[in-house]
Amino acid sequence: MEKESILGAEALMRSLKHEGVETIFGYPGGAIMPVYDSLYDHKEFRHILVRHEQGATHAAQGYARVSGKVGVCFVTSGPGATNAITGIGDAMMDSTPMVVIAGQVTSSLLGTDAFQEIDLVSVTQPITKWSYQIRRAEDIAWAVSRAFYIARSGRPGPVVLDFAKNAQFGKVNYHPEKIDYVRSYVAKPDVKEEAIYDAVNLINAAKRPLALVGQGVELGSAQKELRAFLEKAQIPAGCTILGLSALPSDHPLNMGMLGMHGNLAPNIKTNECDVLIAIGMRFDDRVTSNLATYAKQAKIIHLDIDKSEIDKNVKTDVAIIADCKDSLAALTIHTAKNNHDEWIETFAPYKEEEFKKVIKPEVFPTEGPITMGEVVHKVSEATYNKAVMVTDVGQNQMIACRYFKFTEDRSVVTSGGLGTMGFGLPAAIGACLGAPDRTICMFTGDGGLQMTIQELGTIMETQLPVKIILLNNNYLGNVRQWQEMFFHERYSSTPMLNPDYEKIADAYGIKSRSLCLREELDDAIKEMLETPGPFLLEVGVIEKGLVLPMTPAGGTVDQMMMGF
Amino acid sequence: MDKTLYTINVYSENIAGILNQITTIFTRRQLNIESLNVSASSIKGVHKYTITCYCDKDTIEKIVKQMERRIDVLQAQFFTDDEIFFQEIALYKVSTEELLASNRIEEIVHQHNAHIIEINKVYTVIEKSGPTEETQMLYEELKKWGILQFVRSGRIAITKSCVERLSEYLNEREDKHRQSKLENQ
Repeated sequence: MEKESILGAEALMRSLKHEGVETIFGYPGGAIMPVYDSLYDHKEFRHILVRHEQGATHAAQGYARVSGKVGVCFVTSGPGATNAITGIGDAMMDSTPMVVIAGQVTSSLLGTDAFQEIDLVSVTQPITKWSYQIRRAEDIAWAVSRAFYIARSGRPGPVVLDFAKNAQFGKVNYHPEKIDYVRSYVAKPDVKEEAIYDAVNLINAAKRPLALVGQGVELGSAQKELRAFLEKAQIPAGCTILGLSALPSDHPLNMGMLGMHGNLAPNIKTNECDVLIAIGMRFDDRVTSNLATYAKQAKIIHLDIDKSEIDKNVKTDVAIIADCKDSLAALTIHTAKNNHDEWIETFAPYKEEEFKKVIKPEVFPTEGPITMGEVVHKVSEATYNKAVMVTDVGQNQMIACRYFKFTEDRSVVTSGGLGTMGFGLPAAIGACLGAPDRTICMFTGDGGLQMTIQELGTIMETQLPVKIILLNNNYLGNVRQWQEMFFHERYSSTPMLNPDYEKIADAYGIKSRSLCLREELDDAIKEMLETPGPFLLEVGVIEKGLVLPMTPAGGTVDQMMMGF
Repeated sequence: MDKTLYTINVYSENIAGILNQITTIFTRRQLNIESLNVSASSIKGVHKYTITCYCDKDTIEKIVKQMERRIDVLQAQFFTDDEIFFQEIALYKVSTEELLASNRIEEIVHQHNAHIIEINKVYTVIEKSGPTEETQMLYEELKKWGILQFVRSGRIAITKSCVERLSEYLNEREDKHRQSKLENQ
């Protein structure tokens, strides 16, 4: 049968449709013009024109993180592609499914330093799950299907398709492809019964078990399985930043956040537990601090879908290499019903201590300037803890993660591994599109906001209801904090002269309000949430605020600083 | 930490750009690759890499896992010298005139278990395979007559266990895939 011959760019559109793509974030340019020309005829895709390619990648990340779908970006070759690198690296670190389709110069010009040529495959290989150059229109269906399969399966991650212009212009008899198997890649390892047996023996005998919950639970849609497991054996849990909404904040077994600026109790208990069960988390150094003193007393059980995470940082006694939806279910079947009330009670004094020394002054101050903590707390309460929390990076991020509360799955959008300033605003745009029925609250600082502030233009154009909460302390706060604590208060390049953010919002036609008086805060938050569409709420907060408690870099997880 | 010379066997699909993905794993840790050999394996479409590197056990374990994490890498394993048979090949180009004058050429070639693969009026090419120490010994010997050119290959290695584990692995993968397809029908 004679098949219709179509342009490569059109074959890309059909392949994307075949993969269920609805939303694309992108920015056109010379080497991707045929694709944009085909896109013109495909109104079924919603294309969001960002203002910088970095914004496209973070928006795709935000979209993917809240929806579980693959985020898709179009960028041009050369500078378009290099501008996307930060988001690609961020997605790799945080296991976010993303496919970046980049234009590339025509095949015959490859290797000649042609205009806007960059060797994107070589540049992105170390920071992608897969990176591939499409040089012939015949390869498009295969490459796109393989890209989506790789991006979304197993431990998700970014894939780059470097799409040569001649392949975009080339003619092809298009046949849809559906790749769900790559022989060199085991997306979903089988749960090994022996490992389950060994783990269950440790868990059933444990007197002081502690679970560490990571993003793997959300990525594997294993929130229910997690709860069933923890509840059956009454195991208390701490969450990593990316795992914060995998377990509701008010769940009686949720002991709070792990890590450098996490809660006191789960950090201290890490070094007191007898069995540590790590679920879909990777023992990042911001969680473990000094490995030489980390949970040395405990037997370690590690559940992860990625074999290369096992024994990478913390040596395990039992490794269960599988999708945690499967491994948690298997564990729950064989784990004995149990309670650890006595053990759980020992968390309480540390909770109290942290509340008295840190939380009360940060979240419920009665005098002095507004603190970041009280803003976050009030916004969280005003959304009934149902909103999606998006953050930038720095103090705003740590405080938001500490004090925002979660009741819904997939509610945390933050740059964990890479710590990318400028992530927040574009990620919030993506989150709005990925979860259109939810309230999106984005916390940012005066530093991070200005790194991708041009995306206000995208918000202006789309009128997406991003609630921007700018916690303005006129400093690069996190670096300033370290300068105060570890560099003798030498504030090298951290004070920041800020523009008039209300005027900026106004120029973009975005409603805004600026305040620095505590009495206005409740009303302003109400106004922000009740205003349809986007809103910028600028809160002037204490200039030299500190994020506490803190385990200094290289410190020990059970010796957090409660003050300074 | 104690450093050992490890031999890493990597099998990958024959797709452009895999070598870069493998070497960046070393670059990231600032580890030197001592030798590297890449060639087609006995299985069609599968390439085999043999890499040697000095490092500690903890590092080599992580390196191998990170290699296997790459999508188109089929398998990566590491071995110590006692787990494998290994060889290198060396080629020596010496002046024919000097060599003939010495009268010892046959003796040397025989002694070192080497072969002459080319003799012409100007130069002679000698080939020898063996571990580095042996090819180095012949080099020292021939140096007396002046070596015009010398090259030594990377190590190639074969495991002492009976079967090539890769074929088993591939069969397992294919069987499982076929089975899951049947189940889904």
